[in-house]
Amino acid sequence: MADAYDLIVLGSGPGGYVAAIRASQLGLKTAIVERESLGGICLNWGCIPTKALLRSAEVLHNMKHADAYGLSASEPKADLAKVVARSRGVAKQLNQGVTGLMKKNKIAVHMGVGEITAPGKMKVTGADGKAAELSARHIIVATGARARELPFAKADGERVWTYRHAMTPKEMPTELLVIGSGAIGIEFASFYNDLGAKVTVVEMLDRIVPVEDSEISAQLAKSLTKQGMTLLTGAGVESLSSDGKGVAAKIKTADGKVAEQRFSHCIVAVGIVPNTENIGLEKLGIKTTKGHIDTDAMCRTNVAGISAIGDVTAPPWLAHKASHEGIIAVEAIAQALGNKDVHPHAMDVRNIPGCTYCHPQVASVGLTEAKAKEAGHEVKVGKFPFIGNGKAIALGEVEGFIKTVFDAKTGELLGAHMIGAEVTELIQGYTVGKQAELVETDFINTVYPHPTLSEMMHESVLAAYGRVLHI
Amino acid sequence: MPLELKMPALSPTMEEGTLAKWLVKEGDSVSSGDILAEIETDKATMEFEAVDEGTIAKILVPEGSDGVKVGTPIAVLAGEGEDASAVPAAAPAAAPAKEEAKAPEPAPPAKGGGETPAAPAAPAAPAPKADTGDRIKASPLARRLAEAQGIDLSSLTGSGPGGRIVRADLGDKAGGAAKPAAAATSAPTAAPAPAAAPVQPFETDIPHEAVKLSNMRKTIARRLTESKQQIPHIYLTVDVRLDALLKLRGELNAGLASRGVKLSVNDMLIKALALSLIEVPECNVSFAGDTLIKYSRADISVAVSIPGGLITPIIAGADSKAISAISKEMGDLAGRAKEGKLQPHEYQGGTASLSNMGMFGIKQFEAVINPPQAMIMAIGAGEKRPYVIDDSLQIASIMSATGSFDHRAIDGADGARLMKAFKELCESPLGLVA
Ligand SMILES: Cc1cc2nc3c(=O)[nH]c(=O)nc-3n(C[C@H](O)[C@H](O)[C@H](O)COP(=O)(O)OP(=O)(O)OC[C@H]3O[C@@H](n4cnc5c(N)ncnc54)[C@H](O)[C@@H]3O)c2cc1C
Repeated sequence: MADAYDLIVLGSGPGGYVAAIRASQLGLKTAIVERESLGGICLNWGCIPTKALLRSAEVLHNMKHADAYGLSASEPKADLAKVVARSRGVAKQLNQGVTGLMKKNKIAVHMGVGEITAPGKMKVTGADGKAAELSARHIIVATGARARELPFAKADGERVWTYRHAMTPKEMPTELLVIGSGAIGIEFASFYNDLGAKVTVVEMLDRIVPVEDSEISAQLAKSLTKQGMTLLTGAGVESLSSDGKGVAAKIKTADGKVAEQRFSHCIVAVGIVPNTENIGLEKLGIKTTKGHIDTDAMCRTNVAGISAIGDVTAPPWLAHKASHEGIIAVEAIAQALGNKDVHPHAMDVRNIPGCTYCHPQVASVGLTEAKAKEAGHEVKVGKFPFIGNGKAIALGEVEGFIKTVFDAKTGELLGAHMIGAEVTELIQGYTVGKQAELVETDFINTVYPHPTLSEMMHESVLAAYGRVLHI
Repeated sequence: MPLELKMPALSPTMEEGTLAKWLVKEGDSVSSGDILAEIETDKATMEFEAVDEGTIAKILVPEGSDGVKVGTPIAVLAGEGEDASAVPAAAPAAAPAKEEAKAPEPAPPAKGGGETPAAPAAPAAPAPKADTGDRIKASPLARRLAEAQGIDLSSLTGSGPGGRIVRADLGDKAGGAAKPAAAATSAPTAAPAPAAAPVQPFETDIPHEAVKLSNMRKTIARRLTESKQQIPHIYLTVDVRLDALLKLRGELNAGLASRGVKLSVNDMLIKALALSLIEVPECNVSFAGDTLIKYSRADISVAVSIPGGLITPIIAGADSKAISAISKEMGDLAGRAKEGKLQPHEYQGGTASLSNMGMFGIKQFEAVINPPQAMIMAIGAGEKRPYVIDDSLQIASIMSATGSFDHRAIDGADGARLMKAFKELCESPLGLVA
């Protein structure tokens, strides 16, 4: 007899497990299917363990600069094995947390590889090879994504790494090549650079963190270069060979010259590929674009009864986007099943913030200045530097700025772009404002606590309207 | 304080409506979610739900009243322990009389006015601004946009939390810069109403009957006038050979019979138009003043004639739906359209339209664009015609299709490419099921 559910969620990342909890809250009989670890990439191999690593790097950085604060720390050193062990411990703790949440919410956890065999039917094959048949009125696909590999630079875990290897290194790289300067590439570059590796980043586009505002890219490039990193933009790795001692990479630089350079290790961080294979999509005729599943505003695919969320769908590929979609998808399903009290609300991608936790941090939401102009907006732009903020000076963190882009006609906050200490914690102020559709006067009339870094958020808006106070 | 219940705006285009029926009477206690009345709007009959709880102290507008402006007090709700009789019955009636000149028809209650003597003057009088102003829940940005575009917020229903009016309710689809065109469509009040409804008495000696316009008829009149006056139409016609499509339809239907699905030619044409729009995205657009909105999904509004007029339910994302899904959805939408039961989101929006008069034997016609869309496809009858195939005269099933395009947004050559894509998809129809 097949187990019958209202909802089966395939994949337990931040998309899947949040969807399952919401479903349980709404009274749906829910199952979740996971082949590896509860919590998905985010908790086990992504957001959380990298932040634990970066925290170690930050503490080390501060210890090295203890002198500047009137303190002394004698020869601070990183013990890589312990740093990694701490990161794994943090991941483990959260993984157990999700296990507890599933139990508390009475969600049936089926460990194994899931495959949709027909609408409403799923086969789950456990590690022992035994298969179980589940059925449900609705299915949510939340299988996430994995690292994209370069055909000529297959990761072997020895010298050529993807993020999984880079998170659990057996040895400290001395000269590290990072291919790709998106959030993941730059975070690892920053981590290993802080720990003392000689880091080179190769980016094909003409600037690092290319999705960010160009002024952010420029400031980050300046900071990282000052920290000793080599940044090659407009450049590409043409080939890579590894031997027991390291890797040799042919790099074509912006001037068109190709030269071979040697590194001890290489991290490939050139994006992700969605996990859409062998889960039954082709048979059901589920539509995809560039491999990612197409969905509507309520996360429904073109096949009735099947929704999809998170990294397996369209960008941005971020944990909070996955979770939010999980909630929308479930509420739409509950509504379809007759629940009149839920009101799923479509998400506006312009209101999804993105953060990079390198040193200095980067955070943004909405349109860059260039994109805003491209979209036909007449803009007002404000900028305020960390050096003008009392708290930043007290913290000894004077690098960075906050930039805001407003529509000149309507006062809509089109985008906010920040670089500097703790900006990943600040961006939420602007995100709430964008969601509530606040205009410049709302930000201007808000009282910001003193002394905090958040005062720069105020000043940036004031600057956009020619009223900046502290510069 | 007893609460005035006001005529709700049940759709963004609704300016006034008919209070078709009261489902509560004075003295009834109601709680949140109870259906108070049925209101006929320009498009459909909708239910008016109670938001607060209390006792219906007074009904100010009797049922059967039409032309009741959005925002007009229609009843008074007394809270627990409140003295219902303390309701200032004079307040709504005292609404500024000078405003009446603006109302097209002062709309006395159609019938049975005697039951509620206090009411007759009330319905047509727009609620004083100061009264409604601070009660409207709207985001700061929605307020700015409404002000800039001359949209009266009280004419909108909010889709945000707690009924708050947000940007999307102002018809902002692409979220780009301010769009004058959006104002023209979602806020008919902003434009000095093109002469759609002459108010002068019509005199004639010819024996006749004067029939009052329904709200739907008024909306149709206004929107079509606006369209023809403001949009430079350009028309492009192709003849489409249907034999392959008819054959495919036969085969598909034979295969689908067991599932109870029967595809119509129209279902296939919806899909063909949607795919053509994706293939020629230059035609899947809206002209919005200083911006061009380019859609990346084809939502097809399909003209359905219903008693007393016409409505255009939408097949959203028709480009990525199977024809069988389109067929099912169309059946459901058309059915509910005929019963006047469509929800606003089911007929408002769309990126292009399809109008088929083939079943009436119309050979070919030009349709009027449904703004803010920029194209509509008019389908004539599929009929056996003499047709030259391989240099010999033969008999083939031919259908003429004419696209009307907004020439401000779409160049003739792009329109022609769309017609070509549509013709090719219909003539080699495997592309419709691929
Ligand atoms: C190094 C790194 C750092 C990152 N840092 C951040 C960050 O700081 N902030 C941020 O927002 N995002 C970050 N991300 C991205 C974030 O991890 C993803 O956006 C997020 O995990 C997506 O969630 P998801 O639920 O869609 O999928 P995933 O988290 O990928 O989860 C999918 C789950 O489905 C399971 N699964 C797949 N196929 C099957 C199957 N057939 N049967 C059973 N189970 C299956 C997988 O095992 C996996 O557990 C980072 C990613 C990486 C790699």
